[in-house]
Amino acid sequence: MATEAMTTKRQLAHWKQSKVWRKRIAVTAVYLILIALSISFLAPFALMVSTSLKTEDRIFTETIEWIPSPVRWQNYADALQSFPFLLYLRNTLFVCALVVVGTVLSSALPAYGFARLRWKGRDTLFLIMLATIMLPAQVTMLPVFVMFRTIGWTGTYLPLVVPPFFGSAFAIFLLRQFFLTIPQELSDAARIDGCSEWRIFWQIIVPLSVPALATVALFAFIGAWTDFINPLVYLTDENTYTLAVGLQTFVGRHSSEWNLLMAAATVVTLPLMVVFFFTQRLFIEGITLTGIKG
Amino acid sequence: MFKRQRNLQGWLFVSPWLVGFFVFTLYPILASLYYSFCDYRVLTPPKWVGLANYAALLTDRDYFLPSLWNTLFMLIELPLALVIGLTMALLLNHKIPGIGIFRTIYYLPSIMPVVAVAVLWLWVLNPQYGLLNAVLTPLLAPFGLQPPGWLADPKWSKPAFIMMDLWAVGGSVVIYLASLQNVPAHLYEAAEIDGAGSWHKTIHVTLPMISPVIFYNLIMGVIWTFQYFTQTFIMTQGGPQNSTLFYALYLFYNAFRDFRMGRACAMAWILFILTLIATLIVFRTSARWVYYEGERN
Repeated sequence: MATEAMTTKRQLAHWKQSKVWRKRIAVTAVYLILIALSISFLAPFALMVSTSLKTEDRIFTETIEWIPSPVRWQNYADALQSFPFLLYLRNTLFVCALVVVGTVLSSALPAYGFARLRWKGRDTLFLIMLATIMLPAQVTMLPVFVMFRTIGWTGTYLPLVVPPFFGSAFAIFLLRQFFLTIPQELSDAARIDGCSEWRIFWQIIVPLSVPALATVALFAFIGAWTDFINPLVYLTDENTYTLAVGLQTFVGRHSSEWNLLMAAATVVTLPLMVVFFFTQRLFIEGITLTGIKG
Repeated sequence: MFKRQRNLQGWLFVSPWLVGFFVFTLYPILASLYYSFCDYRVLTPPKWVGLANYAALLTDRDYFLPSLWNTLFMLIELPLALVIGLTMALLLNHKIPGIGIFRTIYYLPSIMPVVAVAVLWLWVLNPQYGLLNAVLTPLLAPFGLQPPGWLADPKWSKPAFIMMDLWAVGGSVVIYLASLQNVPAHLYEAAEIDGAGSWHKTIHVTLPMISPVIFYNLIMGVIWTFQYFTQTFIMTQGGPQNSTLFYALYLFYNAFRDFRMGRACAMAWILFILTLIATLIVFRTSARWVYYEGERN
């Protein structure tokens, strides 16, 4: 009897220990895979930065030299000179600012209507709005171009910055999902006190939704910063280009000067990376809320 | 409150979007349908030609049909991205120290501006001095094989683009990760009591629970594939031998290089119908494999 209990105990201890070991091996394996993946994901970035600092005669080498020697910072100055970076940066920031303001303002209002008010036709309209997210952009792009051309807006920033002031279906959806999570009692209490919906929106819902609004602003900012086809179609004067289009013209002119090209690509990417590092939480929250990326 | 006033208020709040919907969505949809039946060169008014644009496109073996085929080929990317993205998300779902750093690293490529990605990958894919072939050459040498010329080779140009896109798979990884973390823990506990190992838990709990997200990503992936433009416009302009002349690129060429708006609108409508069919197929089959929490009762 006693010996039997002893063996069971020992077996149990042994089993527990082997489980701990199994877990340790599994965790180590996960780390190894994660690190291997990280290396392959980071290598192109490393290549970009390293090439951007090389002298012309060190670019085309038999094996890749990861650490440039000599380091040539002048590449950045050269790239920024043949590519009016500051001007394009200013243009891009101007477009981004208007797109962000327009998208946030004009998406928050409809989102409030869809999430917190009950009215006839709401659910039908909401479904229509969701369906427009799946509409291929090409179907609307051409007549919109013709429209803007007819009223003489091509060559200006208006086609880029005016449409966001009519809301974005994705942003409305994201904000609606967030507004739904705010307790209805807050609005009811305000209504009993005689608050108008307009005031409830501004003084209760908006202050409570700052994180969601910031997420929408962030997605709008990144969308405008990286947008290529719209500036390409609408901007005709080189002095009005945004960074994305400017970089593309730069590629056409310096097609094999890889050190300058990589310097330019780094410069266009860096601001977004900085923004991303400071706002990671907002990204994750926005994605969690909708299950869609911006 | 008065019902009528309440209704009016609702419509007022959504009015910014509603106006935009009429001006920037509904009217353009109808206008592009009309233009697609016209010979329309922007500078002269549209002239009705019936089905001529559609007929010309569907018999165009030089550009249109190849562009459609090239784009359909790129759909291979969707299952690849799904498997790789899900695997990475499952790996990142382990609660171990430092996991946030990995998540950030994987996400980085997907926020890089597409133009910058294109420039960088032109260099990575360079057949002679690029990073990819620098890695592949020593691996292939023992077998007496040479790495391909990627964007310079019509056979390898599309796989090169697929590889470049998979580098930015981190965007969907974060979506999958978020949905994985929403799977209730009690389901796993119940499965464990029934003796399920981690493989069975993944197949019978995780996958069904996140199937709506997979479903959504699949549909958006189809639409995204048909819109594939910036990368080819910058990197290959459709070459070599039209092997990367994708649907959206040829549509753009029609509209803005050759100023054949009518034909471009016909292409847009064919695209519209194709995406509708694809979406319908995914929807129809979805009842079999997509699980919705709310539909149980």
